[in-house]
Amino acid sequence: MNFYSLFQIVLFMGILLLLAKPLGSFMAKVYQGERTFLDRVLGPVERFVYRLAGVKPKEDMNWKTYAIAAMVFNILGLLVVYAVQRLQGVLPFNPQGLGAITPDSSWNTAVSFASNTNWQGYGGEVTMSYFSQMIGLTVQNFVSAATGMAVLVALIRGIVRHTSKGLGNFWVDLTRSTLYILLPLSIVLALALVSQGVVQTFSEYKTVAMFQPTTDANGNTVTEQVLAVGPAASQIAIKQLGTNGGGFFNVNSAHPFENSTPFSNFLEMLAILVIPAALVYMFGKMVGDTRQGWAILITMTIIFVVFMSLAVWAEQAGNPAFTKMGIDQVQTNINPGGNMEGKETRFGVTNSALWATATTAASNGSVNAMHDSFMPLGGLVPMFMMQLGEIIFGGVGSGLYGMLAFVIVAVFISGLMVGRTPEYLGKKIEAYEMKMASLMLLIPILLAKVGTAIAVVTIAGLATIWNTGGPHGFSEVLYAFSSAANNNGSAFAGLGANNPFYNTALGICMFFARYWLIVPTLAIAGSLVQKKKIPASGGTLPTHTPLFIAWLIGVIMIVGALSFIPALALGPIVEHLMVIGG
Amino acid sequence: MKNQLRPALTIFAMLTIITGVIYPLVVTGISQVIFPTQSNGSIIVIDGKAAGSELIGQQFDNPKYFWGRISAVGYNADLSSGSNYGPMNPALVDSVQARIDALQAADPENTLPIPVDLVTASASGLDPHISVAAALYQVHRVASARGLSEADVQSLVDKYIEGRQFGFLGEPTVNVLKLNLALDGLKLKTQTAYYISNRQLLISRGRTP
Repeated sequence: MNFYSLFQIVLFMGILLLLAKPLGSFMAKVYQGERTFLDRVLGPVERFVYRLAGVKPKEDMNWKTYAIAAMVFNILGLLVVYAVQRLQGVLPFNPQGLGAITPDSSWNTAVSFASNTNWQGYGGEVTMSYFSQMIGLTVQNFVSAATGMAVLVALIRGIVRHTSKGLGNFWVDLTRSTLYILLPLSIVLALALVSQGVVQTFSEYKTVAMFQPTTDANGNTVTEQVLAVGPAASQIAIKQLGTNGGGFFNVNSAHPFENSTPFSNFLEMLAILVIPAALVYMFGKMVGDTRQGWAILITMTIIFVVFMSLAVWAEQAGNPAFTKMGIDQVQTNINPGGNMEGKETRFGVTNSALWATATTAASNGSVNAMHDSFMPLGGLVPMFMMQLGEIIFGGVGSGLYGMLAFVIVAVFISGLMVGRTPEYLGKKIEAYEMKMASLMLLIPILLAKVGTAIAVVTIAGLATIWNTGGPHGFSEVLYAFSSAANNNGSAFAGLGANNPFYNTALGICMFFARYWLIVPTLAIAGSLVQKKKIPASGGTLPTHTPLFIAWLIGVIMIVGALSFIPALALGPIVEHLMVIGG
Repeated sequence: MKNQLRPALTIFAMLTIITGVIYPLVVTGISQVIFPTQSNGSIIVIDGKAAGSELIGQQFDNPKYFWGRISAVGYNADLSSGSNYGPMNPALVDSVQARIDALQAADPENTLPIPVDLVTASASGLDPHISVAAALYQVHRVASARGLSEADVQSLVDKYIEGRQFGFLGEPTVNVLKLNLALDGLKLKTQTAYYISNRQLLISRGRTP
């Protein structure tokens, strides 16, 4: 690792943590219904939406109503995305004349985008019309992210309020998340990306001359190059900010029209983590003790930096097989070095490994390099980040409510150790909260492992492992189910997943991973909000100290390790031993 | 449940119009006005014809030109993809070896170590860049194929080095298509300058060597 690698990493983490406070304070205002500088423009729009929808913004919902509203809205979105794809051939904004999409692929994509996973079973530029990208996918990028943020805010209100039932109004939280937070940030980011060369046009695909004519696979001479374009920047901005990750083009943010320069790369990478990090600060502010937010933010940062360093090191070390062939993999000022297979020259190794860690720590899943071609330990990092449940910064909203489930478990275990009733932020943590938090931890683990197990013993599951089988083939399947079961969406793309088996199986994982976690989260909120607030006493475990941070890291790592080390041993770990053994 | 149907339908429709129609249209409108070149694909125009995009690589295998990264899709820019070969896949070793053989066959006297990006496939299959080391490695071959001195080709490469953006972001690169266009003495007519580096600013403003 040279000076520039280190400098870019430090700069990235520094700016991320610097932005957490101002953005977090702003979001706290938005959710507490206070005035912001955007009210003048957006206030009338917001009030018009409520009037038309018959929503009374002051009307609080209990947890069940909140959950029903969220589910109705999400299922409606799922059905619309499905319908848009099936009817694509007869809908407008389709200059390439792309036809209807198959039922299994449409189901997969509909669940994928409604559940904030954004797994791409399809290749964007040859499958989706501009209409489908905008009305189907861009809209879900906004509202699925807003749903996650709304559910988090309901949980925070459950902690803050006491002896009551109301958790806020889902329709208000959804609308305000979209209008005041996601939309303004997206407009700014989209324009910044266009300035770097990310395309934004409604024209048909461009045709340019091939400077040196070549021959294609059939022996025909090719003199022209067709460039896929489209309204990409607007979708990419929200795909990053909403931790969605579904790309406009097949190779996602590795495509030069989706991520043109190192600066666009830096902005897109920052956009993955900035809202999740700011939500943690907002949490501290809303519970009236910013130290609580910082403690969680420090926990996340420590785990992130450790694993990111492992990924950068593994990729920069390069592939021993190349060294044997006399290839120069040593990093210098003019040579990125390392394992450059599946990486773009402008990003090099550092920015590719940093992105891979960020996109899987959050539930983003966009890629700027091909994870399938990473070295075994470099690929282990993104896989393990997903398997921890995407709580290291995590998805917008979902990351922090997942992390709070770990906090509840940590508080509960420590309570058992000292023999006191555990409490968190003045609320008693009892059997009911513990059961719900355990469900939140266990459901994704169960889905990922059972899914992988079924795929590797069935003919349909094994048929499309296009790379060599063995440990790498196993890694591809484990990665796919870890991704779907945690609503990430990135892939080891050497696995052919656009077929009925994987479309259906991964679709089921994504569906349950999202909605079976939202319900227990809201159930915890509904239980906590009814409890009395008890003052901290001498026996209360403080949850903002270095001791608690260390304890929380321990709980996260033990749960992650116990759940997945055996599976990882069969995939990337054994593959690593084979690579270094030659 | 029934009480939630009206808000669900109405708010879905409203947010669809705002985020799915108004938002992309507004961004497109502004982009087309203030960034017309970038928003339309950074097309390089020569004598009124579209000669390629600054951002999308093209296939080169003639020894007279600099070669780019290996592309898993033959630089087919309406179907981007990487190779997705795992690190132990024999096909990966075959692909690397084939490129080594091609490079050595075209330039048997060259004994420099081959930079890794020149023998590996890019993520997008459309990578427009190679590393500076990969360009320098090819100077000897291009110079002898064209009957030019190595110093002349070397100085052209020097002019086309794009430094780290703002001096510290990303990796230093060379744009293969732009370098090859310059090799043939063609004039570049693009106005865009993304890189804050004086040398690069001069080049992208059309001062072709």
